[in-house]
Amino acid sequence: MSHTNQHEPAAGQPILKVTGLRKAYGAIQAVGGVSFQVMPGEIFGVIGPNGSGKTTLFNSMLGQITPDEGKIELNGQDVTQCGPLELNRRGVGRTFQTLQVFGKMTVRDNLIVAAQEHQGSMFGRMFAPGDSGLGSRADALIDQFRIRHVAHKKAGELSYGQQKLVDIAMAFMSQPALVLLDEPCAGVNPSLVGGISTLLKELNRNPKIGQHSSFVVIEHNMDFVMDLCHRIMVMVEGKVMAIGTPDEIRGNKQVLDAYLGN
Amino acid sequence: MKKITTISIAISALLMIIAPQFLKNYGIYLLTYWLIFIIATMGLNLTLGYAGQKSLGHAAFFGIGAYTVAIVMKAGLSFWLGLPLGAALCFFIGIALGFPALRVQTIYLAFATLGFNTAVWLVMRNEEWLTGGTFGINNIARPELFGFSLASNMAYYYFTLGVTVLMAAALWGLLRSPWGKAFTALRDNPIRAESLGVDIRSYTLLSFAIGAAYAGVAGALFASLVEFIEPAPFTVGASIMMYLMVVVGGAGYFLGPVLGAAVGVLLPEWLRFAQAWYLFVFGSAVVLLMIWLPDGLLSIPDRLKAKKQAKNESAARAASAHAAANKGAQA
Repeated sequence: MSHTNQHEPAAGQPILKVTGLRKAYGAIQAVGGVSFQVMPGEIFGVIGPNGSGKTTLFNSMLGQITPDEGKIELNGQDVTQCGPLELNRRGVGRTFQTLQVFGKMTVRDNLIVAAQEHQGSMFGRMFAPGDSGLGSRADALIDQFRIRHVAHKKAGELSYGQQKLVDIAMAFMSQPALVLLDEPCAGVNPSLVGGISTLLKELNRNPKIGQHSSFVVIEHNMDFVMDLCHRIMVMVEGKVMAIGTPDEIRGNKQVLDAYLGN
Repeated sequence: MKKITTISIAISALLMIIAPQFLKNYGIYLLTYWLIFIIATMGLNLTLGYAGQKSLGHAAFFGIGAYTVAIVMKAGLSFWLGLPLGAALCFFIGIALGFPALRVQTIYLAFATLGFNTAVWLVMRNEEWLTGGTFGINNIARPELFGFSLASNMAYYYFTLGVTVLMAAALWGLLRSPWGKAFTALRDNPIRAESLGVDIRSYTLLSFAIGAAYAGVAGALFASLVEFIEPAPFTVGASIMMYLMVVVGGAGYFLGPVLGAAVGVLLPEWLRFAQAWYLFVFGSAVVLLMIWLPDGLLSIPDRLKAKKQAKNESAARAASAHAAANKGAQA
């Protein structure tokens, strides 16, 4: 797969800045002093072998767990102590490693519920129309993800691949400034992987839906990561081994020896 | 709404309007009793069926609503003060009961709410100065509405029917609003819901509070229907019965409480022919229902639809395999 990124990250203040992040579980140091930053519009990949601390890092950035040390800044504001709800309100979307759709709702309702809490006040939403005025935005994403034919089906009735697309689309529905994608290709048929990569590139560029979106992507599929990301961070045993462009990472002997192999 | 659903609701409404004209006094009383339990279980359906919070304390709110009306009227005040007061009291106590749900879920939450029901029941039984203890409170008069007396069973039935329709319409509107989707998201996957900005803390508390307010209204109507209340109808056993009504009817189905309350209130009456065996027959019917229809009576159309869809997909696969085999043979 060739590296086809057209869009280069903008310069200026980072949208996400992680400084000296540490998290230990008992005697095990899951994340040991990780620092990096993500620029507006950048797609930033995180790779590493199992147990390298990627998920702990992700969960810390998403407010699922509180780090022992370090600082996480979003657009220059300290969000280290913020929970998932507050982070979403500040413009952070996410997907999970496993499928997380609302199985008894239709695909369209899954997308609407993914953004409705950003519309008006809670009291006002009690009297708002069922689609919260988000119908056209949901339809645009449905078309972009090519799931129009299942839009009115219950999400739980779809195939794994279709549910994965719904899951990813939900993360973009509230037009977040930063999206954290946890293994978007996990369990997906290889024929669909290229489609997901194309969609993410479109969303990264699309000024209507993915306006100024930056992504942080954890993924084991190396072809996917190398094709999609502007920069990649390699983690080994809770620490940063290297950060660089896909070409730099591919040519890094230390990374090749520790993770990528030949 | 589908045409068949609209027609079914219109026919049911017509039947509910004309039914009392063909019933004796006890039959009308029983229908009113059923309507009251529809209101109570509509509230529990919101808490349990839509928001997924397992509560075994609903009868406590039913009792709080009933005792509020009884105490207010005993003090010489109006039913029309007692009814909203009971609902409001239940709403705020419901918020308080929702707090354990922020920490524990499933069976642990069920036990926490069961403990709450027991505590409320003990207050009803022991605080004689307020509740009359085991002697209860009697002579609870039925109210007047715009100068019309609701003292007769017939008049009280139509009044309760009107309240039931209003409460159902309010719930219908709520469930079709963004709140309804947020409750469902909370039930299906709270972690994902929170990551999408759904304030699961507020929606959990609201599901308890609104569900409790429905039970409070039902309790207030119940006190005036039976005209005498004592602690027995508000035990943990009554909460379990309400839970059963919601599950049997179909938790998370809007009309589930209508069928569920019919099973809980009307079926035992229809089984009276079995005399001493009626509880056995009732219990066996519930066991069979739970084995064959764990999602409740209203899940039957969904099950049939899923069966038909699976059959069609299987036929399509077989046809495609057959066509491929023919193509191979020709080649």
